[in-house]
Amino acid sequence: MSDAASVGARYILERAEFPRLLGALRGAGYRVVGPTVRDKAIVYGEIREESDLPIGWTDRQEAGQYRLERRSDAALFGYNVGPQSWKKYLFPSRERLWTAIRKDGSFDVQPEPVDPTPLAFLGVRACELAAMGVSDRVFGKAGDPSYAERRRHVLRIAVQCGQAGGTCFCVSMGTGPAVRTGHDLSLTEVVRPDRHYFLVEVGSEAGATVLSGVPLRPAPEGDVATATALVDRAAASMGRTMDPNGLRDLLVNNPEHPRWEIVARRCLSCTNCTMACPTCFCQTTEEVPDLSDEKVERWRRWDSCFNSGFTSVHGTSVRQTTHSRYRQWLTHKLATWHDQFGESGCVGCGRCITWCPVGIDLTEEVAAIRVVPTPAGPAPTGKGSS
Amino acid sequence: MTSAPSSDGLRLVDHRFFEGVKGGLPQRLQPLTIERTYELGDMLVREGDIADRFVLIFEGKVALEIVLPDRPRVTIQTLGGGEVLGWSWLLPPPQWWLDARAVKRTRTLEIPAPELRAALDARPEDGYEFLLRLLPVVAQRLDHTRLQLMDLHGG
Amino acid sequence: MAARSMPVPVSDAPGVSPWVPVPFRVEQRAVETADTITIALTPPKGVPPIPFRPGQFNMLYVFGVGEAAISIAGDPTQPENLFHTIRSAGRVSAALSQAAPGSTVGVRGPYGTGWPLAEAKGKDVILVAGGLGLPPLRPVLYEMLRDRERYGRIEVIYGARTPKDLVYYNQIQKWRDRTDLRFQTTVDAAGREWYGDVGLVTARVPDIRIDPANAIAFLCGPEIMMKFTAQALEAKGMTDGSIYVSLERNMKCAVGICGHCQLGPEFVCRDGPVFRYQDVRRFLSVREL
Repeated sequence: MSDAASVGARYILERAEFPRLLGALRGAGYRVVGPTVRDKAIVYGEIREESDLPIGWTDRQEAGQYRLERRSDAALFGYNVGPQSWKKYLFPSRERLWTAIRKDGSFDVQPEPVDPTPLAFLGVRACELAAMGVSDRVFGKAGDPSYAERRRHVLRIAVQCGQAGGTCFCVSMGTGPAVRTGHDLSLTEVVRPDRHYFLVEVGSEAGATVLSGVPLRPAPEGDVATATALVDRAAASMGRTMDPNGLRDLLVNNPEHPRWEIVARRCLSCTNCTMACPTCFCQTTEEVPDLSDEKVERWRRWDSCFNSGFTSVHGTSVRQTTHSRYRQWLTHKLATWHDQFGESGCVGCGRCITWCPVGIDLTEEVAAIRVVPTPAGPAPTGKGSS
Repeated sequence: MTSAPSSDGLRLVDHRFFEGVKGGLPQRLQPLTIERTYELGDMLVREGDIADRFVLIFEGKVALEIVLPDRPRVTIQTLGGGEVLGWSWLLPPPQWWLDARAVKRTRTLEIPAPELRAALDARPEDGYEFLLRLLPVVAQRLDHTRLQLMDLHGG
Repeated sequence: MAARSMPVPVSDAPGVSPWVPVPFRVEQRAVETADTITIALTPPKGVPPIPFRPGQFNMLYVFGVGEAAISIAGDPTQPENLFHTIRSAGRVSAALSQAAPGSTVGVRGPYGTGWPLAEAKGKDVILVAGGLGLPPLRPVLYEMLRDRERYGRIEVIYGARTPKDLVYYNQIQKWRDRTDLRFQTTVDAAGREWYGDVGLVTARVPDIRIDPANAIAFLCGPEIMMKFTAQALEAKGMTDGSIYVSLERNMKCAVGICGHCQLGPEFVCRDGPVFRYQDVRRFLSVREL
């Protein structure tokens, strides 16, 4: 293709030419990260060549279950989402914030610079784009500098889902499966017996720039329609649904609902859901002194509201029971997130359902609370002695 | 401590215990009262003594003290104007179970228990009114004591 | 979410990573009680004094040990000396309690919402402090006494466990000598040396002389103390719209990103620690929220 790509335009990239896209990304200085098979799951890692991708693999997901299976075709992106999310790059699970050295009775602090290498996220699902938007607002509101710095250098190559996962409910949350916004490029993979191609849609100037030199031709209407039909099919076959209407009030008004105790008896407080969730942001800080006591590092690492000690104050903890922790997690994710950030914290990716070892399904929990909500309104304040 | 039958001094009807009362109860009890003034350090009652009177504090400050055999005495509560000392005189056996000491110059009106009982027995509606007023005092003292267990000043 | 008339929180200098503490010097150290001290911190050369508003807190850092959220307890018109009163309770506060004059303590801050002094103008002001609740209120007292005619009656009630646990003891005697405010102290238990009140701060509330329709109350101390004091103030005719509380939760970042300090929808570090009671009472009445 000789003309420069333009934003909003759609092109066809033949399967055979896919390595040219990878080459263009690396040639433009991007470190490419994307899906790869490791430890019997599709996780995110370095993509140096196309064979690093999970070619011909798909995932079977259900509550508490995840299994890889061979596809009957050689699709590159024929799976949904794995246990990891892109937050591992924007908000690493362990990160050094600064190093301090003792000096003349005082100390000097050196903030940790962020690796400036631009990243190309290859294979970002619509729900993951939405999750990144949510995280942008969370970390933005707090003025977090390293998230902002990393985020600046990210190119997002989205992939539209052609099939729904067993635990997904992006349609309910309004986050997918179609990629509408936030992408630099969007790919829709079409695998036919006679053809294998990608519909490429340009979402930004940065995306357009990367495509120069990649062999593309304008997409015919028929190919666009085929790709759209795939996405529609995915939308029609969601594994789960969850009505988000009125969810904020429902959960805030039902802190004493009997369902919390029922789910608490199953929950192991293992924190899997918070680690897998692309929008969970809780973190803690650690002092790491060296043996000489002359130098100390401040690190931050992921934390979880399910961890004991999370709410420790004055020698005790506010949330001691699993009951209160589960309630906190779900109420925050689906309800009070609205108060804090003006939107839901959930994008319907289904990871928390898949990766819960006991298969707790938040869509089911919400439905149970909806069926018999306790009366709305604040608890009455009692007075007097007994 | 000085005492005198109250003449034109303190009046029961002015005390918070009788606030809002109708029907003349404090006026009927007034002739039974003895006015007392305790100076700093005077004991009003001692633990173990017969609880023989109903004490209404008008001014000053009274410390309720627990006497412990193995350590210095501890004040567990102070009472001031508008409060009553206690109700031990009403319940068998009528015995004070705390010391009460004036930590400030304190003025009281006191009604001897036998005469108060007789007056209330003679007019049951007065007795009912009196108990209805005493019960909230007991309840509030209980609430206060329970809260004191909760370390409100623990910070 | 209901609209709140909260003061806008002050954030630290733009462009500086919010995680980096500034090394302040311990200028003074005074012993308050057996387990509580007060230190005054001054900024290093080249760093101007950091202004703060009454009710805000700093994250104080001990090299190699960690950070703790401590309320600023000094005079807001003299921020060149940042006073903090610290009780030795955990590892960090124990280390801070040992900080000798000349040593270095890292400071991040100030953070949080302050007491709404602007709303107190022309009103009777009630301050109720329980235990270590007095330090976060002391800046309010400095502010009000500096500008005394701006406010109506000032009633202060301070409760501690025993007379030995009273902080700012000498200063309290001076405040008690003033005629333009009433400062009551009460303790849970006392020996013969104490001629003051014994009992809860709540027991002092019925006697305060205020116009409940034109009054504002700032409460600081254990949550249970604030809850029952608010109840006593409401019994006196005040509403929860004119009662403010200062809450405390586990804090790591103080900028609303670590998530630890959440109470319902509120980040106590950023939306608080000062809250209008009306806005948070429903959350405080849910167990383990």
